[in-house]
Amino acid sequence: MISQGIASSLTVEISFWVISISTILSAIAVVQIKDLFRASLFLILTFLGVAGLFILLGAEFLAGIQLMIYVGAISVLIIFAILMTREIEISNQSHYMRILVSMVALGFMLLAISLITSTDWNLIDSRSFPQNQTDEIIATVQNSIPTLSKMLLTEYVLAFEMVGVLLLAAVLGALALVREKK
Amino acid sequence: MNFQEILKYFVYAGMIFTVLAGIAAYLTLMERKVLAWIQQRMGPKYVGFKGILQPLADGIKLVIKEDLLPSWSDRTVYWIAPIAVLVPALLMWVAIPITDGIVLDDSDLGLFYITAISVLTVMGLVMAGWGSANKWAVMGGLRAAGQLVSYEIPFIMSILAIAMLAQSLNLTEIVNQQTTFAFILKQPLAFVIFFIAGLAELGRIPFDIHHAESEVVGGPFVEYSGAHWAVFYLAEYMNTFTVAVLTTILFLGGWVWPQMPFEGSLHDFLSILLFMFKTVAVIYLIFWIRGTYPRLRIDQLMAFGWKLLVPLSFLNVVITSIVLFYGFSHFVLSAVSIFLTGVLFYMISNRSKKYDSGETVRIVSSSQVRDNQNFKEPL
Repeated sequence: MISQGIASSLTVEISFWVISISTILSAIAVVQIKDLFRASLFLILTFLGVAGLFILLGAEFLAGIQLMIYVGAISVLIIFAILMTREIEISNQSHYMRILVSMVALGFMLLAISLITSTDWNLIDSRSFPQNQTDEIIATVQNSIPTLSKMLLTEYVLAFEMVGVLLLAAVLGALALVREKK
Repeated sequence: MNFQEILKYFVYAGMIFTVLAGIAAYLTLMERKVLAWIQQRMGPKYVGFKGILQPLADGIKLVIKEDLLPSWSDRTVYWIAPIAVLVPALLMWVAIPITDGIVLDDSDLGLFYITAISVLTVMGLVMAGWGSANKWAVMGGLRAAGQLVSYEIPFIMSILAIAMLAQSLNLTEIVNQQTTFAFILKQPLAFVIFFIAGLAELGRIPFDIHHAESEVVGGPFVEYSGAHWAVFYLAEYMNTFTVAVLTTILFLGGWVWPQMPFEGSLHDFLSILLFMFKTVAVIYLIFWIRGTYPRLRIDQLMAFGWKLLVPLSFLNVVITSIVLFYGFSHFVLSAVSIFLTGVLFYMISNRSKKYDSGETVRIVSSSQVRDNQNFKEPL
């Protein structure tokens, strides 16, 4: 169940391994499978796996957003684009930039690994909280939506507004593209 | 973690499936009966008393029917598609309460979880369309994707207004907030938008363009037969029931409004009865609309969604937040909401008149054609 999250260790352990292995395998399948439509289905499986990992981390809100935006909107958009393309079954074979692409991908992977290793993950432990705030922290971890929304609309409101401006720009751009020229 | 816990999950899953499948089966009978009444027919009446066993007969027929597979189809995708449609329909019921306490997981994120799961249905329909290797199926799948993604926005926005009003995402808590006034009285506009967008999400008439028989034959389901076809329809009727239950919970006060006069177990029993009565009334309304409205054209459907429902649902959220922020009386909210509902219905009726005059196909009599100066005789 989503709210109980990290209830018993063995379930969490089994689900973690099942979810992460299937996520990695489907991520590999996305780039290896030649049929573009199936590759996009595996992409959806990858998104679902990431949502599952978020749930295991106790971030149910993030998992829901992952489902809504990535599975519900972005992959539908990708599939739309694929179904509109001609000769779907024989595409995905444009390997003439193979070396360049693999170099870029390797670079991104190294960057990600260096970021992961250099991040201080014990964020809660490293700060010294007063004893009376412990309950509050536990409540926040168990139900993160109220805290998250408060932070988004007060302390990090600039980032929130910037996302709004970005979306507005995207809408205006789309309108400018499809507008009939007279 | 032990064996009992795993067994418990399996029992719950089996329970949800069995109950929902039974309800879905009898919804088909109810739909046929309601449509028959509307069209002055008898409806199914031979199997059992007044046709009461008809769903059972239909089920047996569908299961023993031959399952056909088109030779060009993408087999894996073709077989997985019905499951991809059915699973989200079942998953939603983890968080939906029937009455106070009867719910699998009374999560604080219940409403959010349901909206997140409800977007998964699209993929199954697109997969079915693609896997069938049929041009109508692919067209139907694309239409389904376009329609469902468009109508998700007003659907979620109307839910958001209710979550703001209740100050909670927990479904039980939302129902308990409606003890004195159901949210339909405070937010009639959100109710209308939720109901219309819900119909579109279900793909029911008048929003059934993705499996419209006269346009795309059967849409994504055109190649399916037997048990696999039945699974799609099972999911559709389960979703119909889910939307009706959600309407009852979010807008009609669930099991608490209007308040029951008795105490103790009689009170609980009457509450469940009230809840079921409201749900059946909403389902009846859905079937009634199916029986009386024609199907929208695809451009009308998209225009209606994007130009009318989306702006109104955003406006509704803004108005709700203004009323809540400045602490105005909720009567202000009701008044504004009723006014906007009137605007919505005015726009709907006006719009249909505009579309009628601008048809692409016009029916003219032969005399009109003869009198027309520009008309050329066919060679």
